[in-house]
Amino acid sequence: MAQKVIIPTPLRRFTNGVDAVEVNAPTVGDVFNQLETNFPGIRDRLCESNGELRRFINVYVDGEDIRFLDRLKTNVGPEAEVSIVPAIAGG
Amino acid sequence: MSYIKGLKCRECGKAYPVEPLAICEECFGPLEVDYDYEAIGKTLTRDEIASRPRTLWRYRELLPLDGEPTVGVNTGCTPLVRADRLAAALGVRELFIKNDAVSHPTLSFKDRVVAVALSKAREFGFEAVGCASTGNLANSVAANAASAGLPAYILIPDNLEKSKVIGTQIFGATVVPVRGNYDAVNRLCSEIAGRYAWAFVNVNLRPFYAEGSKTFGFEIAEQLGWQVPDAVVVPMAGGSLITKIHKGFRELAQIGLIDPAETRFFGAQATGCNPITAAVKGGTRDIRPVKPDTIAKSLAIGNPADGYFATGVIADSGGWAEDASDGEILDAIRLLATTEGIFAETAGGTTLAVTQKLIAQGRIKPTDRIVIAITGNGLKTQEALKLEELQSIEPKLSDFEALIDKRRAVRAA
Repeated sequence: MAQKVIIPTPLRRFTNGVDAVEVNAPTVGDVFNQLETNFPGIRDRLCESNGELRRFINVYVDGEDIRFLDRLKTNVGPEAEVSIVPAIAGG
Repeated sequence: MSYIKGLKCRECGKAYPVEPLAICEECFGPLEVDYDYEAIGKTLTRDEIASRPRTLWRYRELLPLDGEPTVGVNTGCTPLVRADRLAAALGVRELFIKNDAVSHPTLSFKDRVVAVALSKAREFGFEAVGCASTGNLANSVAANAASAGLPAYILIPDNLEKSKVIGTQIFGATVVPVRGNYDAVNRLCSEIAGRYAWAFVNVNLRPFYAEGSKTFGFEIAEQLGWQVPDAVVVPMAGGSLITKIHKGFRELAQIGLIDPAETRFFGAQATGCNPITAAVKGGTRDIRPVKPDTIAKSLAIGNPADGYFATGVIADSGGWAEDASDGEILDAIRLLATTEGIFAETAGGTTLAVTQKLIAQGRIKPTDRIVIAITGNGLKTQEALKLEELQSIEPKLSDFEALIDKRRAVRAA
């Protein structure tokens, strides 16, 4: 009953360089709270002061962008994979 | 000699040293190269530029290398075509096509960004390169990596046009089709980039890569006799190119090569993937991602990384954005081909179709000096077109004449 969170390079200074961590939380917002408990300071990097997800961050639950789901209230299944990915260019 | 001061976050302004780093660790904003414009202004004159070879490296002080370029040394300086027949068809006075459909070596504007990115990758000492791509970037990274002797790892959506896949494989790159759209490919690419110490041109090299697009704007200004157009129409996928053409014009004014002038920037997307045009039309800068469904696959990015900045450039310049349906895109590809003899890919059809709409709306005026950005070649997206089935004939003059008569009758009808 643990979910895997993939940590992007710019946030690994909070996780001692680890690129994936395990949490146990019902929603994305709860995932962020648990990350904050384990890695103090990390939530401020993810969210604006009003609590909204920062503009240049994408969060995916099992590959689906949470902006298509219920944003921070999106449910996270018991074995879901949560990816935190900076917006990246391309074409 | 380098004129780079460092990297700077475009969102919060935090400064960073010159490293293969793309994202601000404070706010996740994109990093951008910061130059010493005062020093550049003292060196880079119109005469100096005119004395240099006709490649994009003639503007090298405004590109982020420390030394001489080593990859893509022949890229740039594509034609700016005065398009009078198309202008007449559209009812405007002065229209130009900036034609990167003939870019060296892979027939799209991505050769510009890759020349800069791979030259920089070599300066950083990377031994492998990669990218996520909707096709054109894949072609260019693969070709330029081959010429540089670097292995390339290229991730693409698994529904790409065949020509774009073959045009990547042929260069010996490791091509990985990924089940899903570009946004899924990009997410995977970002995760891979976090694990392998490769130069991903659109991930860790993004600040350097993106600078290459400015040369599209530098060339337009130089080719117009060091003037900028009244209106420029640019296709938008991730939204980077339109912001970099804008930056290019601004830099030229900043170092005194052109008079500060006000170009209106217009963005073009396909209706089947229009997150940026939807934001512009809705009067917001907040981009709502979409799930792409369009024949303009090179523009099929549902979550555009530079969308926020693209809407800013469009709104601040007094421009606008529009989108075109698949049918309108195909009609516009034909119109460009039959009036100007230029075969553009679906993105080019999108840009022209949008230009037609903007003229009809009065947002682009008949008296404006207009530049349309054609960024890729139609030979790469042939399967999007459905042309008339051709009938073969016997090698007889009578067969030929019968066929011609039939054709004339059809045309007359």
